[in-house]
Amino acid sequence: MKTIYFDNNATTKVAEEVVEEIRPLFCELYGNPSSMHTFGGQIGSRIRRAREQVAALLNCDPAEIIFTSCGTESDNAAIKGALAARPNKRKVIITRVEHPAVLTVCRDLENHGYAVIELAVDKFGRLDLAELEEQLDEDTALVSIMYANNETGTLFPIDKIAEMVTGKGVTLHTDAVQAVGKIPLDLSKTSIDLLSISGHKLHAPKGVGVLYVRKGTRLSPFMLGGHQEGGKRAGTENVAGIVALGKACELAAANIEIENNRVKALRDKLEDAILKSCPDCRINGDKENRLPNTSNISFEYIEGEAILLMLDQFGICASSGSACTSGSLEPSHVLRAMGVPFTAAHGSIRFSLSRYNTEDEVDFTIEQMPQIVNKLRDLSPFVPK
Amino acid sequence: MWDYTDKVKDHFFNPQNVGEVENPDGIGEVGSLACGDALKLTFKLDENGKIADAKFKTFGCASAIASSSVLTEIIKGMTIEEAANVTNKDIADYLGGLPEQKMHCSVMGREALEAAIENYQGGGTKKHELEGDIVCTCFGVTCKEIEKVIKENDLTTVEQVTNYCKAGGGCGGCQGEIEKIIEKIQGEKIKETAAPAPRKAGKLTNIQKIQLIQDTINEQIRPALRAHGGNIELIDVEGNKVIVAFRGMCAQCTLAEYTMKDLVEARLKEFVAPELFVEEDAESSEQPHEHKG
Repeated sequence: MKTIYFDNNATTKVAEEVVEEIRPLFCELYGNPSSMHTFGGQIGSRIRRAREQVAALLNCDPAEIIFTSCGTESDNAAIKGALAARPNKRKVIITRVEHPAVLTVCRDLENHGYAVIELAVDKFGRLDLAELEEQLDEDTALVSIMYANNETGTLFPIDKIAEMVTGKGVTLHTDAVQAVGKIPLDLSKTSIDLLSISGHKLHAPKGVGVLYVRKGTRLSPFMLGGHQEGGKRAGTENVAGIVALGKACELAAANIEIENNRVKALRDKLEDAILKSCPDCRINGDKENRLPNTSNISFEYIEGEAILLMLDQFGICASSGSACTSGSLEPSHVLRAMGVPFTAAHGSIRFSLSRYNTEDEVDFTIEQMPQIVNKLRDLSPFVPK
Repeated sequence: MWDYTDKVKDHFFNPQNVGEVENPDGIGEVGSLACGDALKLTFKLDENGKIADAKFKTFGCASAIASSSVLTEIIKGMTIEEAANVTNKDIADYLGGLPEQKMHCSVMGREALEAAIENYQGGGTKKHELEGDIVCTCFGVTCKEIEKVIKENDLTTVEQVTNYCKAGGGCGGCQGEIEKIIEKIQGEKIKETAAPAPRKAGKLTNIQKIQLIQDTINEQIRPALRAHGGNIELIDVEGNKVIVAFRGMCAQCTLAEYTMKDLVEARLKEFVAPELFVEEDAESSEQPHEHKG
C-alpha cells in the first residue's frame, strides 16, 4: 500500500538533495570543526556555508544564526536566556495556543515568581492586539508569540506585534517552527529579537534546529562548555544536521513561491471537496490568514482517533486534536482556547501537506473521506435522525 | 500510535450488532460528547429471560467502539443475573487486552450494561443516575464509580484510576481525593508499594514555611484554577497570614460556587499548617476580575 503523507506539520520527508549533501559527512569527512588540522578544519567551512544558507532564507546576518538540537531547545533557550538577561523584570506574555515547548516552559516560570499572561484568541484563533497593548508594561521582560499555529495553521501578525513591542525594553521571541519554509519571512524588515526553527519541519532530518538572535539582543548563554556557536551554545556541532538544515533552507528558498501556490491549491482542493461531500463539517482556524499547507477540519458526531485509524487503512497519514490520540483525556488546548465546542474538537482532523504531495493523493483522499465519515456516523448515537 | 490487538482492530473495522434494538427491554446510556466517548446499549430478552438481542451505538475512539461491540457479543444468551456479573475486565480480556490508558473504554461498556439492567429492572422507565458524590468535576465521576474500578481491577495508583475511569485526568484538582479513596480501599497494600506519604509539616522555619506554601500553591491549587481559566499569585506571607492575588477568574466555572479564598485556605491548612489564613491582596481585589468564558 502506498503511503499518502498529509502530516507534514508533525514532521517531513528529508529531501533527497539534503541526503546527498550530507552523505560524505559520516565516513569520509567526519572531522571535528574545532580541530587544528586540515581534515577537521575543513568542516568549518561547511558549517559556515550552512549558516549563510539559513540566513539567506530569513534575510538576516549569518552571525545571527545559532544552531541547536531542535525547535524545543530553541524555545527553551530563547525564553530562559532572555529572562536571565533581564533579571529585574518578572512578566512574560504568551498566548493560550502556544506549542507545549513554549507553554509548558512559561507555566513553569510561574512557579519561579514570574507573572505569565496568556492572551486569549477568538473563535478563528486570532489575537486581540489591544489586549497585548494593554498588557505591555514596564515589568514585561518577554513576549513570546508563535508565528503560525501548528494545529490550525493560523498566522499571527508578528510584524505588527514587533512594531508594538519595539522601544519598550521587551524582548520579542517567536516560535516560527511551522512558518519557516512554508511562507516567506524577511527578518531585515521587522524587529523580531529571537526566532525558533526546527529542521525536520522543512525537509531536513530530526535533531537540528536554529535560534535566530538579532544582533544586540541580550541573551544569556544556555549551554555552557566549549566555544561553539559563539559561546552561546556549547557542544560539538551536529555537523550533518547543520549542513542538512542549510541545504534544506536553500531548497525552501528556491521552492517557496511556486511550491506554495501548488501546495495551497492542493490543500484548497482537498478542503473544499471534503466540506462539500461530508455534511456537518467545519474549518478550524482563520481562513484569511493561514499557512498554505494546513487544513484543520472538525467532523461532528464522530471521534478523531477512529477517523485516523480508518484513514490509516488506506495509507493516509493525518493527525487529530482529539483527546484519544494523545493519551490525554482532553482535546487539543488550541481548539479549546478557540472555543470550538467539545463535540467538534473531539472530531478534528489536521491535514498538512508538503511539496511532495500530488494531485492523485488528494483525489484519492477526497474519494475515501465520505465513506469513512458515514461509517463512523452510522455507529454514533449523536447523529440526529 | 496505539498498540491495539488484532481483536480490537477487528471489532473496530467490523463492529458487531450496531444499531438499536426495536422495543428494547433495557436501555443504557453513558458518557457524553464532552467526555469524548458515549455509548448507548439496548437489549431485548426472550421468553426464557435470556438476552436475545443486544445492539450498541458508540461515539468514541477505536477501543471504545471495539469494547461496545464485544460487550454485545458477550451478553447475548446471558440471563440478567449473569449479565450483571460482567466486569470491565471481561470486556478487556475478550479483546485480548487494551492499552492501559484506554481501559476506561472497557469500563464504559460495563457502565452501560449496568445502566441498561437498571433500566430494565425499573420497568424500562428508569434513567441511569449517578450514585454518590462527584469527585472529578471535569468528567463527572463519583466516588462510587472510583471505588468500583479500584476494587474490580485492584488499582493502587491515581494514574491507574485515571486510565480506568478518567477521574483526575482533567484539571487534576481531585487527585488528592482519589489518593485517599485508594488508601481507604487498599489500605495496607499500598503502604508498602505507594510513594511516600506527603511531607509532614512539623516545625517549620519561616523559609521552609514560605517554600511549602509556594509549593502547595504550585502543585495543589494552581492546576485546578488554571483548568477553569484562572490563576493565583503568592504575594507575601506575614506570620500566619498568606496574601495572594487572583487573576482572570472564570465566572461560569463550578469553582465559582466557593469563594476562592476559602478554597486556597483549606488547601494551605491541610498541606502546610492549620493556623494559616488567607487574605486577598488589596490591590488585586480592587481590580475588576476578568470574566472570560
